[in-house]
Amino acid sequence: MGAYIAKRVMLSFATLLAVLFILFMLMDLMPGSPFNDEKQTPEQIARSIALYGLDKPWPARFGRYALNMLTGNFGVSYVISKNIPVTDLLKTRFAVSARIGLQAVALGASLGVLLGVASAIRHNTLLDRACALVSVIGISIPSYVFALTLSYAAGFKLGWFPLLYQPKQAIASSVLPTVALSLGPMASLARFSRAEMLDAMDSDYIQLAKSKGVHGPRLIASHMLRNAMIPIVTVLAPLVVGLMTGSLVIEKIFSVPGIGSLLITAIQSNDYNVAITLSFIYCAMYIGFMLIVDILYGVIDPRIRLVKEAGFHD
Amino acid sequence: MTDTGAPQKGRMEDRRRDGAASDGGLGADIPGADSLRADRSLAGRFWADFSRADSLRADRRRADRELLERALAGRFPKPRLISPARLDPFADDDFDSLEAPPAAEESTVGAGGGFWRDALLRLRKNTGAVLGAACIAAIVAMAVVGPMLSPYRYDEQIVGNDSMAPRVPGIERLGFLDGGETLKTSTGSASVNKYRDRPDGDGLYYWFGSDTLGRDIFTRTWEGTRISLFVALVAVVADILFGVGYGFVSGYFGGKTDIVMQRAVEVVNGIPTLVIVTLLILVLKPGLLSVTLTIMLTGWIGMSRMARAQMLKIKGREYVLAARALGAGHLSLIFREIAPNVFGQLLIMSMFSVPGAIFTEAFLAFIGIGIPVPMASLGSMISEAFKSMTVHPYMLVFPVAVLAALMLSFNMLADGLRDALDPKMRDL
Repeated sequence: MGAYIAKRVMLSFATLLAVLFILFMLMDLMPGSPFNDEKQTPEQIARSIALYGLDKPWPARFGRYALNMLTGNFGVSYVISKNIPVTDLLKTRFAVSARIGLQAVALGASLGVLLGVASAIRHNTLLDRACALVSVIGISIPSYVFALTLSYAAGFKLGWFPLLYQPKQAIASSVLPTVALSLGPMASLARFSRAEMLDAMDSDYIQLAKSKGVHGPRLIASHMLRNAMIPIVTVLAPLVVGLMTGSLVIEKIFSVPGIGSLLITAIQSNDYNVAITLSFIYCAMYIGFMLIVDILYGVIDPRIRLVKEAGFHD
Repeated sequence: MTDTGAPQKGRMEDRRRDGAASDGGLGADIPGADSLRADRSLAGRFWADFSRADSLRADRRRADRELLERALAGRFPKPRLISPARLDPFADDDFDSLEAPPAAEESTVGAGGGFWRDALLRLRKNTGAVLGAACIAAIVAMAVVGPMLSPYRYDEQIVGNDSMAPRVPGIERLGFLDGGETLKTSTGSASVNKYRDRPDGDGLYYWFGSDTLGRDIFTRTWEGTRISLFVALVAVVADILFGVGYGFVSGYFGGKTDIVMQRAVEVVNGIPTLVIVTLLILVLKPGLLSVTLTIMLTGWIGMSRMARAQMLKIKGREYVLAARALGAGHLSLIFREIAPNVFGQLLIMSMFSVPGAIFTEAFLAFIGIGIPVPMASLGSMISEAFKSMTVHPYMLVFPVAVLAALMLSFNMLADGLRDALDPKMRDL
């Protein structure tokens, strides 16, 4: 187990370094220079370049850059709010994004598993068909299309919830973004958990449990669902990540003051430092999630660990 | 070792005692030997009883038979012989012997045509997939002819014709799509029909309406669909070129090559696609070319895994070994022997990357770094219409509907194709 965790951590770290390198290259390639002042003489420019260490070879620059990023020194914003450190910009916004994200995960996961279990139990009935339709639509419809529909119908026409996010009514105005975000994960989970439940229902241990007289909710909850949960956990990570990137547009649509909408604003206004920092944070979160889930399902299901340790992948 | 100490110790002592007993003599002291002997005599007795009963039963059977024969002896007359000629009422030439008909070949195989024909048959039974295919065909047809049907060009801005609600000849008489819309303001709502308010409005038709700059939404929608379909094509090509190529090389050569290549894939896979796409666009400058390029660069990873798995499955087959024994080189093995056997399936699998690519393009357009301005894309149209959603909702309806239908159809068709190719892979 120790070796397995160590290996996953090493791989995650390598991924993080690769991300940093890609971000560094992109920064290097981006047009423009910080010393574009016509009043400066070439000597002055050369001196500033030397002062900021930009004359060093790229491995040295990359080392310094990576160190800065990893220690949370992200530089200042150029456009959105001038000369304010990016970390300060993030503080309040991160909490809002995290709250809505967590709500969406909770809603999507519980509803998705519920739908999947229900349609597996009522296999090949009208309910099953309806669930299948809902999940195909949920997977196919882009989250922002759903968000637009939702904001038009429930926000504008019916007026149930605020159309745009208002910090004063944090709960009520986070309902629409949460629902919009949770559709995708809900649909994939419903589909996946249905397949897993059907698999579990066919198995010998369910036959045994039935012949021993276990039935009803107990059979479903503690015999079928518990075994079906193992693979379901494995798909949660990509879903959570999809949710993070999905939040980019959703936050923009409902003008939620979170990091997703900040990233879009930064991209649209060419605020490179903010855009790169947020991208880095997204990547780091993604890698972190993947690591946690990898370790988690190594713990849940020893077979996976053994296979991975033996060097078979996929 | 789950036993506790005490029983284990007991067992050891037993064994020691057994050893001592076998030293002493012929098992005289072995505990339980007496009961074993008793057992044997019991079994012996049982066996004797059993065989005695058997012989008794045989005797009784013989007696029964004799009784029966004696009883029947006098009762029936002995059979008399009748000459065959009197018995047979038929003449010799009453029957013609026919040639035996040629034995019909027993059909144990279904109709020929093989794998693809079976797949097609299964696909046709899948209602969702058929609907999806029909929908895609309709959308493709409209993308090809749509812009030619309307009198407007996609980038033609007509001053004064901005924000016209949809009006379709014929249907307008039903009181629906007649160019009227309800405008909501803070003081109340009002029904407006811009076409009627104008002197020249009679012959004016915008089927899907016009946008805030006076451009025809019908033309732009189908222009945008062209972009989406183009992106879909790009995704498939990238899947086949990069994904299949990478997966084949990794799977075929195996060993260290495979390990290094798979680690690289894991690292690249650790970066969220939308983030990397966004950053790449920033560097490459927004435009159709850079959108195409980023979709090509980021979309192939899932495919490479599938291609690698297929390669691992096929490369151990006998015919590959045979070809290698005959002296075929790596290229010949990959392209002549292995690729033809998996390429069709991989091509169909690449359908799954289509919805993702369409979504990515629409996403980029939506956040404003996709297709540059005069061009239309479904995503950029949705993005623009979003700004006036509460005033003119019709601007949003058509691009959203086409985008949703396109993604839904591709998903359903891809699902159906996968099920048709390999029913076992359902619910994967």
